[in-house]
Amino acid sequence: MIVEALAFYMFAAVAVASGVLVVSVRNPVHSVLFLILAFFNAAGLFVLVGAEFLAMILVVVYVGAVAVLFLFVVMMLDIDFAALRSGFIRYLPIGAMVGLVLLSELALIVGAWITAPEAASAFGAPSPDAAKIANTHALGLVLYTKYAYLFQAAGMILLVAMVGAIVLTLRDREGVRRQNIGEQLARGKHNSVEVRKVRTGSGI
Amino acid sequence: MDAMLREYLPILIFLGLAIGIASVMVAASYFAAAQRPDSEKLSAYECGFEPFSDARHKFDVRFYLVAILFIIFDLEVAFLFPWAVTLGHTGLFGFWSMVAFLGVLTIGFIYEWKKGALEWE
Repeated sequence: MIVEALAFYMFAAVAVASGVLVVSVRNPVHSVLFLILAFFNAAGLFVLVGAEFLAMILVVVYVGAVAVLFLFVVMMLDIDFAALRSGFIRYLPIGAMVGLVLLSELALIVGAWITAPEAASAFGAPSPDAAKIANTHALGLVLYTKYAYLFQAAGMILLVAMVGAIVLTLRDREGVRRQNIGEQLARGKHNSVEVRKVRTGSGI
Repeated sequence: MDAMLREYLPILIFLGLAIGIASVMVAASYFAAAQRPDSEKLSAYECGFEPFSDARHKFDVRFYLVAILFIIFDLEVAFLFPWAVTLGHTGLFGFWSMVAFLGVLTIGFIYEWKKGALEWE
């Protein structure tokens, strides 16, 4: 039990510290690396509350893929550090306002969760006993049947993301020679070899 | 719950060991090694030349496309895990619901194949 508490405080402290470092560190590549550290610690916290599947998905999807994507974005932007820092005071009011709006939204959500009359029944919602049924199993029991529409909607969103990424970034390049295997195999003697009579003393 | 967490205890121990060994290595090389830095030792070495340019280049956008397509199929596989675990309980409907999901993504896959998004040059 004490190990659990210690692990919680370690993960939480490192997560918060790396979250602060993400926004305060000078080099954007370093801040992406701290973001990865924050993801890992969030995965540890998920394991501690018993959400194994979410923890593994966090590691696989966020650390494995999303962080790589962020690194690409940081590399692609070609950020000028001095220019990035120069507008800090100028944009501070707008940034503070956006942060305030997000904070008040969070406060509203948490407040509603505590004070709303329906919250008590939501707390008591039948969630399967973690000791009896594995996490992934419990999720699979409802995801593909009870929430089939949402599941299909997730598929559609993935399709849109795929098509959108291709439409936005793919452009045809001039002068690219691609190997066409069918064309190569279809070549025969009739369209690659030609027999000609050559007279003595003259060329073709 | 406790039983589940006990299964993760080895990972926690390995994590502690990894952090410990890594920090000991870094600290030992910091304290024990002789350090006499000068400007030539600390400058970037590029085959005897002066460095041509900054290491931070602009990337080709195609790397980004590959990464996005990877994420999408990564998520698709993530959806497969709970489905595979519970296939015996969700019955035929669960099976066909996943087949429809995979069908939608296969449409996208055919699209990207035909568009040539998977080819490099």
